[in-house]
Amino acid sequence: MSIKILIEKCTGCALCIKACPFDAIRMMETPRLTGSAGAPPSAAKKAVIDLDKCNLCGACVPVCKLKAVVLEEGERPAPNSSLKDYKGIWVFIEQKKGKIQSVAYELLGKAQELAKKLDCQVSGVLIGNNLDEQLDELIWQGADNIYLAQAQELANFQDEPYTNILLKLIQKYKPEILLCPATAIGRSLVSRVAVKIKAGLTADCTGLDIDTEKKILLQTRPAFGGNIMATIISPNYRPQMATVRHKVMQPMEPDKKRKGKIIRESFDGSLYASRTKLLDIVEEIETLVNLAEADIIVSGGRGMAGPENFKILEELAHVLGAAVGASRAAVDSGWIPYSHQVGQTGRTVAPKIYIACGISGQIQHLVGMQSSKIIVAINKDPDAPIFKVATYGIVGDLFPIIPALTKKFKEVNSHK
Amino acid sequence: MDYLLTEEQKMVRELSRKIAEEKIKPVAAKYDQTEEYPWDMIKVIADAGLFGLFIPEEYGGMTVSVLNLCIATEELSRACGGIAVCYAASALGTFPILLFGNEEQKKKYLPDLASGKKIAAFGITEPEAGSDASAIKTTAKKEGDYYILNGLKHFITNGGDAQIYVVIVMTDKTRGPRGASAFIVEKGTPGFSFGKKEEKLGIRASSTRELIFTDCKIPKENLLSKEGMGFIVTMKTFDMSRPGVASQAVGIAQGAMEAAVKYAKERHQFGKSISSFQGIQWMLADMATQVEAARALVYACAREIDAGVKDVGKDSAMAKMFASDVAMKVATDAVQILGGYGYMQDYPAEKYMRDAKITQIYEGTNQIQRNIIALQLIKEMAK
Amino acid sequence: MNIIICIKQVPETTEVKINPETNTLIREGVKSIINPFDMYAIEEAVRLKEKFGGKAIVITMGPPQAEAALREALSLGIDEAILITDRAFAGSDTWATSYTLARVIRKIGAFDLILCGKQASDGDTAQVGPGISAHLDIPQVTYVKKIEELRDNSLRVERMMEEGYEVIEIPLPCLLTVVKEINEPRLPSLKAMLRAKSAKITVWTQKELNLDPQSIGLCGSPTQVIKIFTPPPRIGGQILTGDNQEIVGKLVELLKSEVG
Repeated sequence: MSIKILIEKCTGCALCIKACPFDAIRMMETPRLTGSAGAPPSAAKKAVIDLDKCNLCGACVPVCKLKAVVLEEGERPAPNSSLKDYKGIWVFIEQKKGKIQSVAYELLGKAQELAKKLDCQVSGVLIGNNLDEQLDELIWQGADNIYLAQAQELANFQDEPYTNILLKLIQKYKPEILLCPATAIGRSLVSRVAVKIKAGLTADCTGLDIDTEKKILLQTRPAFGGNIMATIISPNYRPQMATVRHKVMQPMEPDKKRKGKIIRESFDGSLYASRTKLLDIVEEIETLVNLAEADIIVSGGRGMAGPENFKILEELAHVLGAAVGASRAAVDSGWIPYSHQVGQTGRTVAPKIYIACGISGQIQHLVGMQSSKIIVAINKDPDAPIFKVATYGIVGDLFPIIPALTKKFKEVNSHK
Repeated sequence: MDYLLTEEQKMVRELSRKIAEEKIKPVAAKYDQTEEYPWDMIKVIADAGLFGLFIPEEYGGMTVSVLNLCIATEELSRACGGIAVCYAASALGTFPILLFGNEEQKKKYLPDLASGKKIAAFGITEPEAGSDASAIKTTAKKEGDYYILNGLKHFITNGGDAQIYVVIVMTDKTRGPRGASAFIVEKGTPGFSFGKKEEKLGIRASSTRELIFTDCKIPKENLLSKEGMGFIVTMKTFDMSRPGVASQAVGIAQGAMEAAVKYAKERHQFGKSISSFQGIQWMLADMATQVEAARALVYACAREIDAGVKDVGKDSAMAKMFASDVAMKVATDAVQILGGYGYMQDYPAEKYMRDAKITQIYEGTNQIQRNIIALQLIKEMAK
Repeated sequence: MNIIICIKQVPETTEVKINPETNTLIREGVKSIINPFDMYAIEEAVRLKEKFGGKAIVITMGPPQAEAALREALSLGIDEAILITDRAFAGSDTWATSYTLARVIRKIGAFDLILCGKQASDGDTAQVGPGISAHLDIPQVTYVKKIEELRDNSLRVERMMEEGYEVIEIPLPCLLTVVKEINEPRLPSLKAMLRAKSAKITVWTQKELNLDPQSIGLCGSPTQVIKIFTPPPRIGGQILTGDNQEIVGKLVELLKSEVG
């Protein structure tokens, strides 16, 4: 693959330079290649790519209005096994301590949607122990088949046994697509699997679709802290693997009339071996509503000015049945524990309502909450970036406004 | 202004600035309030290796460079003059050992000072002997292999918290100024105690205490150089340390000016930013120029010292006097620009003003500095 | 303990903004930094070295300018640095990257521990760490927030999960990816900064490594980027006006139905 700028087309507008995240493009004087006879060669500044710095990310290509930036595909090696043998969409059903995680249903919902375009089936892969009672729910919510591997040794997730089992299942049943939750377990597991079988894996997809012509999976995800979106494909390797975050996809309505096949797989005990030993699982209970599950989140940032002021947010949250979130600024200042942090290095949330109080709206925070249905922003600074994404913005002092909101919501509630 | 610093000097500045921004800035107001000694900041500064800037490599330091010391002190002072002076005062207490110590003394004391494990302090001032240093009354009487110290020093920076002290005391009253000697005294020596901690207007993170000597017995090995060298040690030490105080002043001035510019941009009155008013602009222009001039004078003097130029007394007096006067003026102007907010402790300007004042007073008042400059000038021109 | 740390040089995204007119990234004076999570890996390596002795080597795969990141790691207390750079590696996805790094680690030789940051702030995949351990076939624990102890050639670690943590015992040699809860990275020291400035950094290209061309760079990458675009901006909302009482009243009206 290579990239170049067609100098004849370049007008020196420098839009590509601004788009390049690696500072790999410079304006340089390039003598006119063609000049009328007798005319002195005159120099014009054009964009030139420094190939040592260029990462071939392609961010400059769509920005050029004259299509002067050309990204050329090189030779790709032929895939090592017949792609046509691979059929079906698999969803890794994550369970923790015997309970199936809700994100699995979201992925099943999406998988059904995709399966219609590919005319294939959706299967859940479930590894654990004593899970029989939850199988019906999986079928009702989209699984046409369930591949079930149960054993005492598999009750809790460990990298190696789960990797071994998943590999064996993939090799035996050849799914064309594998979707997995982007959780601590999921990401750890499929990264290993993808390397072992040499498959393409795209992390944290916010969009999944099918290219109906080529019959491949289109995976869309944010990059550079959410500043740009990339669409990725893995055309030559199977299965095409993608991880998806919680609350990005929608589960389907449970249809109790649905039927599905349970395929129980058993394996030689050696596959359950693990070099790591899980000694303990320690839960830290959230005193307030779980941030990831909340429908409404009241979040505080630097504008809260101190830990004691989070109390007014807690009061509002209590009246709304909401969880309390925070920006990194508030967490780093020690005003509220990290478990409440929303953003690039914290949690991603997508509640119905996100109320941002005293949060400026830096990109690192937006990345964690911009999929919220309704965003309310309260900030003293009219130029705060949060107002660009807010559904409803209030330019004002949060200290009188929040308690007033709490009072008003209390009134509304009492009238119900 | 580009001072054409070397790579090493740029590194010192970058690292000191990082410490100032990331570690000192967040806690400056707290230490100003509580007046606690900032041990955790001392550790950060020590771990970064900044105590090695005034101690040679053979004793665990880096190189002796007054310019590096100035750069570090300036950057730290920009965040907090009080925390910065804990560092700079240790340098002050180290210079006598560096300049006049014998091999045993250097080997004994310098490595711990270089690593920041121990802090130093310099003690000459007494209740009756401030600008008139020759009026010191603390005595050291030789008795066999020991000296017995009696007397009182006061207003000593790092007093009580430092472990190593260099004090100037009278060994022979009959000889006047030539009867003073310099001694190293360690904290914990019986007969060496400390008075109450002073509550100050500014640089409140630093500690200022009396040193009390009551028949304090110290071994004769602790004498620096020879008996009678006390004021020479003092003079030469101050020549080297004055640029440090001056750079503390430059740092405070720089910080104050930046706070003023930032505020002027944000503050809107009469429908626009006050930074668009010519009156404010002229004040800022004067402030910036004065800071730059002070810095240039400090750096020039520091470079002279590092290059081994002799007789830098007048130059270092000029640097200290000018920079401290600039700091006071710029900090006061900064408070003025911040208006009512400048007077409030919630805003940074008033602390700069409180911290700046001492730089015009200690390590030789600016009046003494003027004496030094004038006398030297007249001596030179008399040829 | 012999430790290898894998780091990545990334553009500093904290100051990145989108130009609303052109919908492109505004990058004034692009600054490259060590990926923030890797700083914690570096600090942990230095701490382990201080505790157990041994050597720490930092490696990075990137363009020639990534050398600056290696020097910064050296200034924090790492002993040696290796830069893996070649046009042939450009365009690598996480599979090809982890393959390349795994081969480099094989070439370095024996090690006890590989440390990586949880994920890189530009790609955000968190795939390379586990990919390396898969290529090397060594055990791994991801999202480590504490290394408790070393006993009988095994480490006991705490792994951060969504609602708490797990305690896991893992034998050496192994790979750990770390999260920022694990430590507080130190500032560099002047001496180390100066030493780092003049340190000799080993450079390995395809020539020295002789890797399978089908497994590196674009050729070795199962995933392909086919499109890059700026996300559609959120539809602008409205600013509520009035005095506080009016605003509060308006907002509650608008949200009432959603709150339910």
